[in-house]
Amino acid sequence: MRYDKPISMTPLDARRIVAQPVDRVDGPAKLSGAATYSYEYHEEVPGAAYGMIVPAAIAKGRIVAIDSAAAEAAEGVLMVMTHRNAPRQGSGGDAAPQLVGSEIAHHGQAVALVVAETFEQARHAAGLVRVDYEREPGRFDLAEAERQARPPRGGEHRMGDFEAAFAASPFAVDVSYTTPDQAHAMMEPHASIARWDGDRLTLWSAQQLPDWSVGDIAATLAMPSEHIRIISRFIGGGFGGKISVYADAILSALAARALGRPVKLALTRQQIFNGTSHRPATIQRLRLGCDAEGRLLAIGHDSVSGNLPGRSFEEGAASQTRLLYAAPNRLIRNRKAVLDLAPAASMRAPGEAAGLLALECALDELAEKAGIDPVEMRVINDTPHDPERGPARPFSSRKLVEALREGQRRFGWERRDPVPCRVRDGRWLVGMGVASAIRENYVVEAKARVRLDGQGRLTVETSMTDIGTGSYTILAQVAAEAMGLPLDAVTVRLGDTRLPRGPGSGGSWGANSAGTAVYDACMALRDMLAQKAGLNSTDARFEGGMMHGGGRSLALAELAGEGVSAEGEMLPGGLTQSYAQASFGAHFAEVGVAIDSGEVRLRRMLGVFAAGRLLNPKTARSQAIGGMVFGVGAALMEANVVDRRHGLFINHDLAEYHVPAHADLPDIDAIFLDEEDDKSTPLKTKGVGELGICGAGAAIANAIHNACGVRVRDYPVTLDKLLDGLPPIG
Amino acid sequence: MRPFTYERAESPEQAARAAAETPGARFIAGGTNLIDLMKHGIETPPHLIDVTRIGLDRIEETAEGGLRIGAMVRNADLAADMRVRRDYPVLARALLAGASGQLRNKATTGGNLLQRTRCLYFYDGITPCNKRRPGSGCAAIGGVNRMHVIVGASDHCIATHPSDMAVALSALDARVETVNGGGATRTIALADFYRLPGDRPEQETVLAPGELITAVTLPAPVEGAQLYRKVRDRASYAFALVSIAAIIRREGRAIAEARLAFGGIAPKPWRVEAAEAALTGSDGGRAAADAAADAILADAEGRGENDFKLPLLRRVLATVLGEAMAR
Repeated sequence: MRYDKPISMTPLDARRIVAQPVDRVDGPAKLSGAATYSYEYHEEVPGAAYGMIVPAAIAKGRIVAIDSAAAEAAEGVLMVMTHRNAPRQGSGGDAAPQLVGSEIAHHGQAVALVVAETFEQARHAAGLVRVDYEREPGRFDLAEAERQARPPRGGEHRMGDFEAAFAASPFAVDVSYTTPDQAHAMMEPHASIARWDGDRLTLWSAQQLPDWSVGDIAATLAMPSEHIRIISRFIGGGFGGKISVYADAILSALAARALGRPVKLALTRQQIFNGTSHRPATIQRLRLGCDAEGRLLAIGHDSVSGNLPGRSFEEGAASQTRLLYAAPNRLIRNRKAVLDLAPAASMRAPGEAAGLLALECALDELAEKAGIDPVEMRVINDTPHDPERGPARPFSSRKLVEALREGQRRFGWERRDPVPCRVRDGRWLVGMGVASAIRENYVVEAKARVRLDGQGRLTVETSMTDIGTGSYTILAQVAAEAMGLPLDAVTVRLGDTRLPRGPGSGGSWGANSAGTAVYDACMALRDMLAQKAGLNSTDARFEGGMMHGGGRSLALAELAGEGVSAEGEMLPGGLTQSYAQASFGAHFAEVGVAIDSGEVRLRRMLGVFAAGRLLNPKTARSQAIGGMVFGVGAALMEANVVDRRHGLFINHDLAEYHVPAHADLPDIDAIFLDEEDDKSTPLKTKGVGELGICGAGAAIANAIHNACGVRVRDYPVTLDKLLDGLPPIG
Repeated sequence: MRPFTYERAESPEQAARAAAETPGARFIAGGTNLIDLMKHGIETPPHLIDVTRIGLDRIEETAEGGLRIGAMVRNADLAADMRVRRDYPVLARALLAGASGQLRNKATTGGNLLQRTRCLYFYDGITPCNKRRPGSGCAAIGGVNRMHVIVGASDHCIATHPSDMAVALSALDARVETVNGGGATRTIALADFYRLPGDRPEQETVLAPGELITAVTLPAPVEGAQLYRKVRDRASYAFALVSIAAIIRREGRAIAEARLAFGGIAPKPWRVEAAEAALTGSDGGRAAADAAADAILADAEGRGENDFKLPLLRRVLATVLGEAMAR
């Protein structure tokens, strides 16, 4: 269906299965180990050889010599592939071609692949490959590279006279914030098994967007897309880190073809940090001006981020500022600089996650100057429509104010003392902070197929992936509700590019897009079944495994006969043009800052969100909390630390790249406000997966300031940045 | 990971003898650190001697009224031992401040003493590191050194010792018992157990090649308040930026005896006699704490990113003393 006008009533409105907090349908498989991840297809692909890459040990320059003799002679080694003997490859997207020449573009780039009979043999032999390099100076410092940053793509977003309005504002802040490079740090590493059957390639591979990956791989291997099948049934987290194709997929395919034998290849945790992608660092300048009532008169947001030469991705950290608050005078710009670090790419809520860390703190700074409560400041500047386009483009739904008010009430905001350092609990200075959440809503093309068999079982098929989010569960819910079947009569098959093309997991579009395709397929199936019975589909009611209508009740199992199937699709229409669409929310955080050490510990946190209809409130809540945990990490600890001499992220393991531990998350909750958005999808959903991170870190940073009076504008807010500003002890 | 041979020893003597016979052999117990380092190619022993079946897994009372902790006693068991919790609480707290529950279940007393630094460059495997590849240089000097030492450094190495347990043992005046390949035993005061890096940062202890730790002994319990305070970047599973093991005995309102050991600031657990002396007879207040901090930081030197450890130590020492005096 082309979705270009809001739908009215649908069978999902009954909400018997949809919108219920049902358990994950794949939970038992995951708990028991029956859920198979890409590296684990031992039975389907017996006899695979093991690959191990050799990562580049310099950041920029070239290989002058490789001595692989010792590795080739090592026990069990089947082959060593380097740029000298790697097959020619085509160009296939940002990251795809491997071992294509002697040039080193970034640390951790694969310079050799060793394949052996066992994992241990491959790993040992990889250590025996000697590579001599010629180093060239590289650009590793964003602050330096910023001077050469290129002007904004697609122009800057201007409205009114920003400079004059900012200069004339009774209250103003002009502040710069920095956010660091961050790692996706998903549990499952990048991993692939490649098998060739003649000229056909099957890749069991952790790919968030398997159909896109097929295109990239086909271009790289110079073969038809139709000859490649990717299977990604379960993915152990991605967060954007598995959107592009990396060395594991390409090199396992090349090696398997050369050896005539399946090859499996996983990147080690250490190799992932510099060898794949990351959220790039940003430098952001916020210029905000308001009147005495707190009304924003001028909003200026400039952001710069870096990426390797020729890469298209940039961190649009200023972009969400176009939609979040009203103000008549605006100047919003993203710029990109060239760096020679690992490739920058999307990480959970690209844009908003970094941008709100700056915007939502700068707004707090302005509120403090103007003497306005931070919650009121956000309420005052709410807007019912796209601030640039005016009332011609209203929001499809927007419950920012409701989220702020609900959170304010539930969190006990009235107990917040606006003056820092006045609330103590033992050696802890206690503070509260708030921040708004916004994440733009995306809907993309998607296809799905449903099949009803003679036993009354429904199978849903789409190449959509489940990266831990709950895709299996929500698609089963949509289909069960639409067909009037119990949930356990539905089987969902995902993550296989032989299935109808799903949207993949990214941009929080999965439920919107794949969910609509499944819904559309079910509606087509209902029509077919009704016709079979000689009914108008509008006269048929589907309930309890039966079709009722025309004074008859027929079991779906019987109607299906030998089986009947239908296809459906989502084709987004013009509704995103005529309506601004985003999910919204508000974060409330309470932290303690140790008065002696400056250690910051979260005490409690609440997120209140509105993201359209929730297909499953339980998985949605998990997603929201997961995002908030990302925000805790961003505020307090997460950073890829750049060694600017050697040009690499030097903390490349999970002992030293800190993400929050359980002890850092004592009391964290997320609730959702009732909302249905029929401008977004016929399911009345909006994106959920990334909303939780948006603004979460800023609420914590604002709480830190409220606790101890120190405003750190350089994330993460670690104790060394607070110490100097803490009050004297004892 | 380099291929290696493996044997399982049946007794401490046999283990030490086996080590003497194979140059470069390493003992393996919990393996929580060694296996990681072997996977990264940072440690490349040709032979491993498994010491998990040699006994030494008891905590026994000594004739002097102290405890002998077998080298194979797991960190989790040591932290949970009622005698340790009652008489040596600083040790139990230090243990529980370290690593994670899973690691503490595997890690042993002897292995904990011998765990290697968490310097990012030591672990990196590529950049220069005198500890990993003697003579290659120290990338932490002038590099990312937020976690690094402020005392006891040399021009060759500025890496910290990562153990929490060893800091508490230092404050408790523990001793280390060993056996060598010839069957000879000796006892080494913890204060003498670790070396400073000097120009041989790869040599971290006074143990001879193949010498096996058999036990750690604690003297009879001492009176006084025992505290362990660990300052770190997250609430669990992070190494100390600064840690303090304090044993403070009061008489009336004055400190009769003070023992302070510090982690996160030096290549080994750090004690400064002058600092402890400065506290003796004092009221443990801010002036006394400052005098002690002055003594500790007299030769301290920040390296840029870790400059904050100087004021951090000063502030945290003051509150630790305040808590000890309030007990």
